[in-house]
Amino acid sequence: MPALMLAASILAGFVAAGAAPAFVRRFGPRAAAWTALVPAALALYYLSLACSEPAVARVLPWAPSLGLHLSFTADGLGLLFALIVSGVGAVVAVYSSGYFGGDPRLGRFYGWLLVFMAAMLGVVLSDNLLLLYVFWEITSVSSYILIGFDHEEANARAAALEALVVTVAGGLCLLGGVVLLGTAGGSFEISTLLARREGIQAHPLFLPALVLVLVGAFTKSAQFPFHFWLPSAMVAPAPVSAYLHSAAMVKAGIYLLLRLGPLLGGNAVWTWGVGGAGLVTLLLGAFMALGQTDLKRLLAYSTVSALGMMTLLIGLGTPASLGAAVVFVTAHALYKGALFLAAGSVDHGAGTRDVRVLGGLFAPMPRTALGTGAAALSMAGVLPFLGGIGKEMAYEAGLGYGLGVAAAAVAGGLGFFFVAAVAGYGPFRGRAPAAAHEVPRRMWAGVWTLAGCGLLLGLRPGAAAGLLGAAAAAAGAPGMQLKLWHGFGPALGLSLATLAAGAGLYALRARVRESAARLTWRRGPEAAYEALLGGTLAAAAGLTRGLQSGRLRNYLVIIVLTLVGLAATPLLLFQGVHWPETPYDLRFGEMGIAAVILMAAGLAVRSRSLLGAIAAMGAVGYAVATIYLRYGAPDLAMTQFLIESLTVLLFVLAFYRLPNFATLSSRRARVRDGAVALLAGGLVTVLVLVATGLQLHHPISDYFVRTAVGEAHGRNIVNVILVDFRGLDTLGEATVLGIAAIGVLALIKLKRKEP
Amino acid sequence: MAFVIGGLFAAGIYMMLRRSLVKLLIGLALLTQSVNLLIFDAAQLVRARIPIVPEGEHALLPPYADPLPQAFILTAIVISFGVTSFAVALAYRALRTVGTDDLDRIGETELS
Repeated sequence: MPALMLAASILAGFVAAGAAPAFVRRFGPRAAAWTALVPAALALYYLSLACSEPAVARVLPWAPSLGLHLSFTADGLGLLFALIVSGVGAVVAVYSSGYFGGDPRLGRFYGWLLVFMAAMLGVVLSDNLLLLYVFWEITSVSSYILIGFDHEEANARAAALEALVVTVAGGLCLLGGVVLLGTAGGSFEISTLLARREGIQAHPLFLPALVLVLVGAFTKSAQFPFHFWLPSAMVAPAPVSAYLHSAAMVKAGIYLLLRLGPLLGGNAVWTWGVGGAGLVTLLLGAFMALGQTDLKRLLAYSTVSALGMMTLLIGLGTPASLGAAVVFVTAHALYKGALFLAAGSVDHGAGTRDVRVLGGLFAPMPRTALGTGAAALSMAGVLPFLGGIGKEMAYEAGLGYGLGVAAAAVAGGLGFFFVAAVAGYGPFRGRAPAAAHEVPRRMWAGVWTLAGCGLLLGLRPGAAAGLLGAAAAAAGAPGMQLKLWHGFGPALGLSLATLAAGAGLYALRARVRESAARLTWRRGPEAAYEALLGGTLAAAAGLTRGLQSGRLRNYLVIIVLTLVGLAATPLLLFQGVHWPETPYDLRFGEMGIAAVILMAAGLAVRSRSLLGAIAAMGAVGYAVATIYLRYGAPDLAMTQFLIESLTVLLFVLAFYRLPNFATLSSRRARVRDGAVALLAGGLVTVLVLVATGLQLHHPISDYFVRTAVGEAHGRNIVNVILVDFRGLDTLGEATVLGIAAIGVLALIKLKRKEP
Repeated sequence: MAFVIGGLFAAGIYMMLRRSLVKLLIGLALLTQSVNLLIFDAAQLVRARIPIVPEGEHALLPPYADPLPQAFILTAIVISFGVTSFAVALAYRALRTVGTDDLDRIGETELS
């Protein structure tokens, strides 16, 4: 039952997340490192699965009518990402217990970290696209909370919101794309969809689905023009940056592209859309990284650039490029995770992250320096590190596709080298003994673990060849070769050239940084985002001020005009007004009643005398009562006569002492109100005329007529309906009247107590 | 009948848009009448037998007036009386307390 076990492994993550805060509170911050056992155990489990056959099983039909099933699969691609997520998760969990010291919020931090891990595992192991989307959104939300961990800082909150808005907006696009894909393919199971590739690509919904899915993937993986949230998110604690924003979450978009590439790829939109976005992001990220002075922002821009490299390789879609993408993803998770952790350690040990100030840390922090150096070598693309292998494969894929792509890849590689040197060598070089201290073992050990994996996999690529090959095969590139030495060729030449040029660039770093910072785009997509957000808020505030004036009149005008607009538009557009040919068989006396009602209403409106208006209102009521009487409703007529008398009496009693009406409103206001009122009245008239003679349903009155005598033993059917068929309703009504009576009594008897 | 309903509706809305509290209440009453007539009219006006089963028979013979809307309107009339009387009492209390029925000035704290 592997699928059941897979579901259980994700569930275990969520359970651990729920238990983590209590665990940390009970056993203290130092024991928090033990929570790492959960991801570590999961990593071992996924490692054991990596040797077995993939299995899909429908675990639970969650909402079968929607095509939503809890179905999981574990092929090479899913397992590779699951291993990265759980493995880096374990390292980060150990590291964090040292990084935060005795921070009282540690329990909450671990809870959300594990929520994120479980959700991320869900993303990469789901076989159902809707299920994948659910997990996808959980990662966005946990990212929001983890970026805003220092929620007392205003810029942490702003950055968290920015990341949330961008990724969730993309998530909504993804949902739209997923639904369209499901419509086109008739299923939400990825495995089923893959088998129906031809039909889906020919479907008219294919193009919108493709674009929406790509927007979702691009926002998550910080592709241009959505890249800006990632550098802003660097206000997050270092372990969060290492885990979410380099190793795991930002790879969700890459995972999606790899996973759906065989389904959606192979056409010009895919190649140009994915490849183009990747290319721009690669170059832009590499260039913008040059000008950064903050260690973490520097790494963040280089992460943007690396994500661009992966996207570009996926967009090319050749077997060589897909293989290179898979290897590069793995290498990047290992070295960039290590470097972010190292940045946190440097910050922790030296108290600053400014690369212009940092230096001479080798003597006080030798262990951190060694781990960081190994990670940086992998990033720089030096053999025998895994990063070196990945880079050469990328170069080869680029050369195989075209010279332009190879040139872009080399430019990216140059940027990686520069960043690696600034981040991994710069802080430790020189002799000046900086006032710094080594970080605790649980922190440098994390850097060592990740960097060491990068070295080991580079030296013994055979150990990972099976899994990486299976991952590449799942992405559509079977038969990938993974080897350390690719032989003498153009790729090796390019690689050496990159190293040499990178070294030169680093030697000129101060000047490079300055000129790059001067050229860096200040008003980019981030300004557009801010304008959009600010504009939305301002528009909402303005609308609220305009609508919520606190005056009944204004509300009423808005409501009436909206009603008229909404009702009249379709009426005029689609329906047309059909005047009934012989609306009523009116008799002279009835015409008279109608005339009386209208005249009395006009009098009530025009009267300047208060008592006159009240009397006119009473006249309307009595005239209406006669209508009831004429059309077979004696009960209504009786009630109406009675109530109208009481109402008039009440009005007179309450208001007879008031002076007559003064003219309070201006002429303009009266004309405006008159127009509004006439519009509303006209609409109602037309609606009544149109509705007359329209019978949509058979009336249910016959039922009452038939059963009144037999079942309810009453002869007055109106009364029977009120007290028998709808007896509870009438009871409620009586209650309302009782409450109103109490209220009236209270209001009349109320006397202010004189002090 | 449609014109009566529409006319009452317009008059009610116009009165509710006035600044005077008393006029607002009168407008509410007119609007209620309009809506009651609307329900009544919706069931097709027939000058017909009242919906009371004569003594000694077991069912009504058509044509008869539709009893269901009548029951609804009866409820509506009574409830609206409750609402109106409460509103009148509230207005009465407000007038006694602040001394104006001008809705634009009723919220002011400083009144002569």
